[in-house]
Amino acid sequence: MFGTINSFQSLGAVDGPGIRVTVFMQGCHLRCVYCHNPDTWDITGAKVSVIDLFNKIMRYKPYFFEHGGVTVSGGEPLLQPEFIEELFKLLKAENVHTAIDTSGICDLEKAERVLKYCDLVMCDIKFVTEEDYKTYARGSLKRVEEFLELTSKKNVPLWVRHVVVPNLTDSEASVKRVVEISKKYKNLQKIELLPFRNICQSKYDNLGIDFPLKNTKECDNETIESLYKFVPEEFR
Amino acid sequence: MERFINAWKGFKGDAWKNQIDVRSFIQDNYTPYEGDEKFLAPATQRTTSLMAKLNELFKEEAKNGGVLKVDTETVITPTSHAPGYLDRENEIIVGIQTDEPLKRGVNPFGGLNMTRKACIAYNYKLSDKVEEKFIYRTTHNDGVFRAYNEDIRAARHSGIITGLPDAYGRGRIIGDYRRVALYGVDFLIEEKKKDKKKYSQTIVSAEDIRQVEELHEQILVLDDLKKMASSYGFDISNPATDSKEAVQWLYFAYLAAIKEQNGAAMSLGRVSTFLDIYFTRDIENGVYTESQIQEILDDFVMKLRMARHLRTPEYNELFAGDPMWITEAIGGMGVDGRTLVTKNSFRILHTLYNLGSSAEPNLTVLWSRNLPKAFKRYATKVSCDTDAIQYENDDVMRPVYGDDYAIACCVSAMRVGKDMQFFGARANLAKLLLMSINGGRDEKKGDQVAPKGEPYQGEYLEYDKVIALMDKYRPWLAKTYVTAMNIIHYMHDKYAYEKVQMSLHDSEVHRYMAFGIAGLSVLADSLSAIKYAKVKVIRDETGLITDFITEGEFPAFGNDDDRVDNIAKEQVELFYKELCKNPTYRNAEHTLSILTITSNVVYGKKTGSTPDGRKAGEPFAPGANPMHNREKNGALASLNSVAKLSYDICKDGISNTFSIIPEALGHDDEQRYKNLVDIIDGYFAQKAQHINVNVFNRETLIDAMDHPEKYPNLTIRVSGYAVNFHKLSREQQLEVISRTFHGQL
Repeated sequence: MFGTINSFQSLGAVDGPGIRVTVFMQGCHLRCVYCHNPDTWDITGAKVSVIDLFNKIMRYKPYFFEHGGVTVSGGEPLLQPEFIEELFKLLKAENVHTAIDTSGICDLEKAERVLKYCDLVMCDIKFVTEEDYKTYARGSLKRVEEFLELTSKKNVPLWVRHVVVPNLTDSEASVKRVVEISKKYKNLQKIELLPFRNICQSKYDNLGIDFPLKNTKECDNETIESLYKFVPEEFR
Repeated sequence: MERFINAWKGFKGDAWKNQIDVRSFIQDNYTPYEGDEKFLAPATQRTTSLMAKLNELFKEEAKNGGVLKVDTETVITPTSHAPGYLDRENEIIVGIQTDEPLKRGVNPFGGLNMTRKACIAYNYKLSDKVEEKFIYRTTHNDGVFRAYNEDIRAARHSGIITGLPDAYGRGRIIGDYRRVALYGVDFLIEEKKKDKKKYSQTIVSAEDIRQVEELHEQILVLDDLKKMASSYGFDISNPATDSKEAVQWLYFAYLAAIKEQNGAAMSLGRVSTFLDIYFTRDIENGVYTESQIQEILDDFVMKLRMARHLRTPEYNELFAGDPMWITEAIGGMGVDGRTLVTKNSFRILHTLYNLGSSAEPNLTVLWSRNLPKAFKRYATKVSCDTDAIQYENDDVMRPVYGDDYAIACCVSAMRVGKDMQFFGARANLAKLLLMSINGGRDEKKGDQVAPKGEPYQGEYLEYDKVIALMDKYRPWLAKTYVTAMNIIHYMHDKYAYEKVQMSLHDSEVHRYMAFGIAGLSVLADSLSAIKYAKVKVIRDETGLITDFITEGEFPAFGNDDDRVDNIAKEQVELFYKELCKNPTYRNAEHTLSILTITSNVVYGKKTGSTPDGRKAGEPFAPGANPMHNREKNGALASLNSVAKLSYDICKDGISNTFSIIPEALGHDDEQRYKNLVDIIDGYFAQKAQHINVNVFNRETLIDAMDHPEKYPNLTIRVSGYAVNFHKLSREQQLEVISRTFHGQL
């Protein structure tokens, strides 16, 4: 089986617990205004066989120990569910911790099969209203919630992530609402507030795409710290 | 015996009492520590104000072009200068090299010319008094050039072999300075006298005579060591009786060594766990408090930070930042499975907080999978905060050297007091490739360096043909290199023998001859380009291949790709095997390192364009590092590539420098420490030997280049040692900045 991947990062230390190999999959239907990987939107790209990718990942097993492992990100990894399912199946047989970093907007039936071999779901709650989701991401909060419900049903540990963009998603109300939604799921372990960064500007320039937030300031650490106050201790 | 009873009160064991055996003393008496850093004491008022005073002197020194003062009148020896002080009333540990802090002495035993040049570089002139003295004396440098053959001269001149210690002290010898504290000097003299008597019984060969003469010199210099200490008001004939004396005795021994020798690297050894035994005893008996102990150690480290040698600007180009390599090996595990981490392993790292970050001493953590968790966390915290320490894999070195080895210079392990090495710079293997395809001619100057051969024919380079040409020239390079080293070390033993350091070794020592490689990643990538892409040669009017056009993609070293990593591995092994075919002076054991210090810049300068796309004059990557900006799979892939290089072949060390931006290492401090622990554990689990860790942003360095005043103590790790960023030349600073910083967008 083959998948389309954008890139392979042997040292991912910020996408899940421990040291992680991060695989960025190609293809995404959403168009989040703050997307920092516009190069992953297009579904076409380099094909790699699941066994080759598996073998490549296994070279980093010495760094995983009890908490590290693999994170499949993107793009939207759940656009290639069969491939991820196959990859995770192989990894679980080798006792490697598996995680996906997803928008949650996916084919639930296929996603369920991936979750069977998945140790951790990192899912964004990007916006807190259906309308904002549509305007700023071409997505749907309702569909995200359906996915979160599924992870809860399958009892896969869940981290909810929320990118804090100045003047867009940085309000107290916004964060409080994210917490409120997230807490509904019993599998919730952590809520991560991630600061908006504009280092992706050069990627947009190279692709000749206009970066919608090109004039937006980066989110500073103080803002993140002050917003974390609204996240209950046990989920920080 | 009377003199030992008081000094050794409360110490256990017997094996170390009747003969010199520091390791047994440590094993019988040390207290492993598995706890965290909470017990550490902050700097006392005295320490802070003394350090402020010293920082003022450092500032003055920097303002003065890097050298505060030179004493051109006196040849420095252990007893040459009247005592000097930083602040006589407030110092706890005393002794400096000359009579004033940071004043540098002249040491012409390695080479008179080098000394003259160094004086001139800082607007001094070597005094007639010293000049006259050396009219009747042969220096190491004189001796070497009497014996060098044409091949060595040509190889040196072209830069295919660079940095040979033929004009200054060779260094890389670690005296067991602990012996002075544990036994006192008189006992050491008695033991040496016994040995001399034994060796004098049967004298047949030149080697036998040399041995006896060396012992004679060692005995004399031990007496000088006592004289030096006595000028400061201390009698070190007998063992140290408490913590303060233990540090002072040990430091006197080290001080005598750096007064006698200006060797490139003058390691301290492995003293912190040894000293912990005295510290623990005194704290238990209420003699000193934790704060007082830390104060003694802080003062000691301050002294080490004041150590200086007079160098030429050319030397600084090779080894930037005025380094001394006062390397201290910290922690590690014992062969019995107990950790050698003690409270003092924490204390010595803690000096980086109490005194501020610093390049010296070169603090080196001997890392093992089994080190106590709290110590691993603390060490990685120190890395994140200071960028001043390095890590070496105890789990690969302990099986070879046991559990009382130390690190000479950056990455060279040896058993303390039992092994010594003949240090020998490095051969430029990227240049060997170019010389091989040019029939032995230098690709930059066009002159014939190696024996004349048939140059490469044809427009495109073919892998097998290139390899065959290298196979032809490698034996020449190896033979030339070993011959040079044999001459250098014969002459160094003859004219600039390390009396102090060798008097603190067993009389029967094991010798290594440490060869080195530069340009490994350039060579590997070049051969990979030849094999997997198309490399067209460009010749000048004389037929010399001076440039290349490389078409297509090729795997580059640092991506965990066996296609090229195996080329690197193979080339290292081939060179090592070739070296081993050539016998060495004093039957030293051949070892090899992949380490460049900062000479990767100079090596690059002296090397023409290479088939990997590197242009003439551009720097190499340091040590065994992959070339920058050729990595496509992230940091661990780069580590995995280097980990494939075999420590069994490169027992003199494989240096790797790793720079990462904090944001890529974790979201918060604790996560960063934890992740760094996993990175080091994972890298070392694959039998890698060494890693320098820098955690900072490229922007910080760029800012520091333009605003040095904002970052007075900015310390960074480069190939195997730490330097103050401001002591690098602009060229070297730019090279550091151009290197790969691992960060994930």
